[in-house]
Amino acid sequence: MNRLTAENVTLAYDQRVIAEKLSVEIPDNSFTVIVGPNACGKSTLLRALSRMLKPSRGRVLLDGSVIQSMPAKQVARTLGLLPQSSIAPDGITVGDLVGRGRYPHQGILRQWSTEDERVVQESMAQTGISELADRYVDELSGGQRQRVWIAMALAQQTPLLLLDEPTTYLDIQHQIDVLDLCAELHEEQGRTLVAVLHDLNHAARYATHLIALRDGEIIAEGAPKDIVTADLVERVFGLRCQVIDDPETGTPLVVPAARKGRTKQENEQVTKQAKAVATGAS
Amino acid sequence: MLVDSPPEQRAETAPAPPSKRRVLRAAGLPVSVAVLVLIVLASIAVGAKDLSLAEVWHGLFHDSGTYGDVVVGERLSRTVLGLLAGAALGLAGAVLQALTRNPLADPGLLGINAGASAAVVTGITFFGVTSLTGYVWFAFAGAAGVGALVWFLGGSRGATPVRLVLAGTAISAALFGYLQAVMIMDDAALGRMRFWTVGSLASATTGTIREVLPFFVVGTVLALALARPLNAMEMGDDTAKALGANLNRTRALSMLAATVLCGAATAACGPIVFVGLMIPHIVRSFTGPDMRWILPYAAILSPVLLLGADVLGRIVARPSELQVGIVTAVLGGPVFIFLVRRRRTAQL
Amino acid sequence: MKTAKNGTAKNGETAKNGKTAKYVKSNRAVRTPGGLSLRLDVRAVVVVVLLLLLALAASVLLIGTGDFDIPAVDVLKTLVGQGNAGQEFIVNELRLPRVLVGLLVGGALGVGGALFQAISRNPLGSPDVLGLGQGATAGALIMIVLFSGSSAQVTVGALVGGLVTGLAIYLLAWKRGVHGYRLVLVGIGVSAIVTAVNGYLMTRADIVDASRAVVWMTGSLNGRDWDQVWPLLALCAVLVPLVLTNGRALRMMEMGDDVSYALGVRVERVRALLMVAAVLLTAAATAAAGPVSFVALTAPQLARRLTRSPGPNLVPSLCMGAALLVGADFVSQRVFGAEQLPVGVVTGVLGGVYLLWLLVTERKAGRI
Repeated sequence: MNRLTAENVTLAYDQRVIAEKLSVEIPDNSFTVIVGPNACGKSTLLRALSRMLKPSRGRVLLDGSVIQSMPAKQVARTLGLLPQSSIAPDGITVGDLVGRGRYPHQGILRQWSTEDERVVQESMAQTGISELADRYVDELSGGQRQRVWIAMALAQQTPLLLLDEPTTYLDIQHQIDVLDLCAELHEEQGRTLVAVLHDLNHAARYATHLIALRDGEIIAEGAPKDIVTADLVERVFGLRCQVIDDPETGTPLVVPAARKGRTKQENEQVTKQAKAVATGAS
Repeated sequence: MLVDSPPEQRAETAPAPPSKRRVLRAAGLPVSVAVLVLIVLASIAVGAKDLSLAEVWHGLFHDSGTYGDVVVGERLSRTVLGLLAGAALGLAGAVLQALTRNPLADPGLLGINAGASAAVVTGITFFGVTSLTGYVWFAFAGAAGVGALVWFLGGSRGATPVRLVLAGTAISAALFGYLQAVMIMDDAALGRMRFWTVGSLASATTGTIREVLPFFVVGTVLALALARPLNAMEMGDDTAKALGANLNRTRALSMLAATVLCGAATAACGPIVFVGLMIPHIVRSFTGPDMRWILPYAAILSPVLLLGADVLGRIVARPSELQVGIVTAVLGGPVFIFLVRRRRTAQL
Repeated sequence: MKTAKNGTAKNGETAKNGKTAKYVKSNRAVRTPGGLSLRLDVRAVVVVVLLLLLALAASVLLIGTGDFDIPAVDVLKTLVGQGNAGQEFIVNELRLPRVLVGLLVGGALGVGGALFQAISRNPLGSPDVLGLGQGATAGALIMIVLFSGSSAQVTVGALVGGLVTGLAIYLLAWKRGVHGYRLVLVGIGVSAIVTAVNGYLMTRADIVDASRAVVWMTGSLNGRDWDQVWPLLALCAVLVPLVLTNGRALRMMEMGDDVSYALGVRVERVRALLMVAAVLLTAAATAAAGPVSFVALTAPQLARRLTRSPGPNLVPSLCMGAALLVGADFVSQRVFGAEQLPVGVVTGVLGGVYLLWLLVTERKAGRI
């Protein structure tokens, strides 16, 4: 049995149901990536897995017990989360913020051990922000800030780490840096990672296990090599494409069909979807 | 910094579809005006002596000096003042909330009420002012002086929302200390101030209205003209700059408009709190964050609340009456709480 | 400018501690071989110590001030039991309790304010703004105006008023959890209603009751004795440690509910617990001395600006509140004579002017 699973969960905000009777297993020691179009419920699923959102039906199990019933700090020592929105307190330095990731390991009489200090140093080194330690978080660029938050999640030192769109706000080099870091955490330290990613090609390259969601339902899951096909991309994203081998890694690479290559109806369909997304976001 | 967007509020919780909202907010405007007209008529007809609509009509358009006509005349000036002051408070509140990007901002926050109160108590104690009309200029000078001081201490050209709010709070703290000290030492001042501070429309005369009218006009025009720059500013300083808005000028003019409007309203009726906070807040919930809609709605709905409260105050305590400031809060408070509860979160 | 300042601090420490302590700018960890470790922010510790000294110095001077002036040395002697009988009576029976009430009320308001501001994530989310002060005032006013109650009855009325208001705000803001923002908004609504009721009561009072009410509403330490000290002290002895043990969780909550929850903070439980504590502290302080204006609002802001560290700054706020109140009482007695002006007048002026001064200097220093 895997450490983190969701059994028949129904996920809803107030009355709005996002997903019904969804069952997910996160394979141990995998780098699982959840993909899907906007508003398909992938972030919601991640929130449920990280106990941010209580399922209105069904249950999320961590090491065999219902995650909501476990002591909060014990969960926090097992499972870390990098949420999409977080607030850096006014006037906090990078070192202090990363240090706050040690909270679940601390107590009133054990506020700052040498272990804490070592882990914080290490987390900052891994994310390449050691030189920023004394800077104020609010002075940093978006990319730097994102790495600070990742460092904080790393400092939590959990065997399971959940990341909600960790590459947003980053330029391409830093996106790859972050994903390489994730791969390293997964391969060398044996952590189980679950990430929501926007970029299907990134997902296909780095994931060992891919979950494709659409409208709150799992359309396919498995190793990217086995499941990423032109047909799947069309079913999940409504996008016609070719799937070729990535020249670097041999993983599937999705190449969207050119505008001219698509039929007129398909182009209209794409425009309509873009509009729906634009108004939905406003 | 002041306003953290709470995590539970996401794109998933968009209230009404924008197209539906657009129809609603356009249709709502004439409805609001109609409600306002009804309230105005009620404000003229209702009181210690109730008048029929025919009597109201007679008094308004065929004034021949009957008892009814005299009553209409008196109530008319109080109604007009209610209209003006209500609109001014609503506009000022909306401008301040946009300026500080804090939906909790109200005229009291920037020290304007404190300034007016401190000046009035000074007038009573040290200059022997006793008439309500005499308060007007003191109140206005106090409000304007504190407005300018907050602006200066808030950093004038380098003002930020947080600094303005903090400066306003700090000055209020100091001035209320002074106010209370005077009231403790001078019983006569206490006797007058306790009535003035609750806020009332009862003292309105055509003279008062004539004195403060120019300020209302200037302030209203200025506030309405600020709608578009304020829209730009609500998206944050950087975005506003990128859109070509002149931040310093917008801030300075917003402070000016708010101070003039609130100063005039406070001078004429005393510090009426809560209208300026509550109405823009409610308006925002159905117009969305567009100052071009918020401002007109605030200008129409605030007098509805103020005059409605005034009318109610005359009904419940007959033959005497309850001051409008008291009724506004007792009436508006529960509505406000209900709205806050109904919506998931307050957005700005 | 910020970086320049920190740069020097950093260099100093790097030289001393080598690489390891480099990033924790002013934080020092104190460790024992047994695995205990405490984390101290050096600047905050200095601020706390200075504020405590200031509060104590003001207390000693305050005890020496009055119809009979007693030199500071004699005050200290008397406090440790070495004074003569006359001084002992004046110090221990008359002036000490008043000073203790001042210290406790100031501290309670400081912590209460810091808690509310942290929970609501808004510097304006102080008990003054949320209506707790107004609620207590309403209770007191009802006793004064409607029943011409004794001062003990007024105290009880204020306590009940504050607690009922706090409970009402919490229940009205509750909707599957209390969201910080909704809390402030509901508090403002409640506050407006209660303020209006207070205004109404004031207009209905005769002038004698009205002036008594104004003095109470300003906040005063006049005539406070041991009867006020003990309940307040007991309450603080229970609540302050409780609050401080939850301080680290509260600091995590600054980063938003999601992050703090992910770090293992029971967000809703901590929030409810701290709210209750804050309401109790504020209500008790208000009942003892009246709604002393602006201490709860300014003390945390002042403390934060002095320690220059994020976080709720609970202990510095406590010390700042105590120092502010006792200092204000000292000023009011020295400047205006013994029983002339209630302390609330001075806290308002003092706190306001100090906050302004900080704003101006910070602007010059380029912060904010």
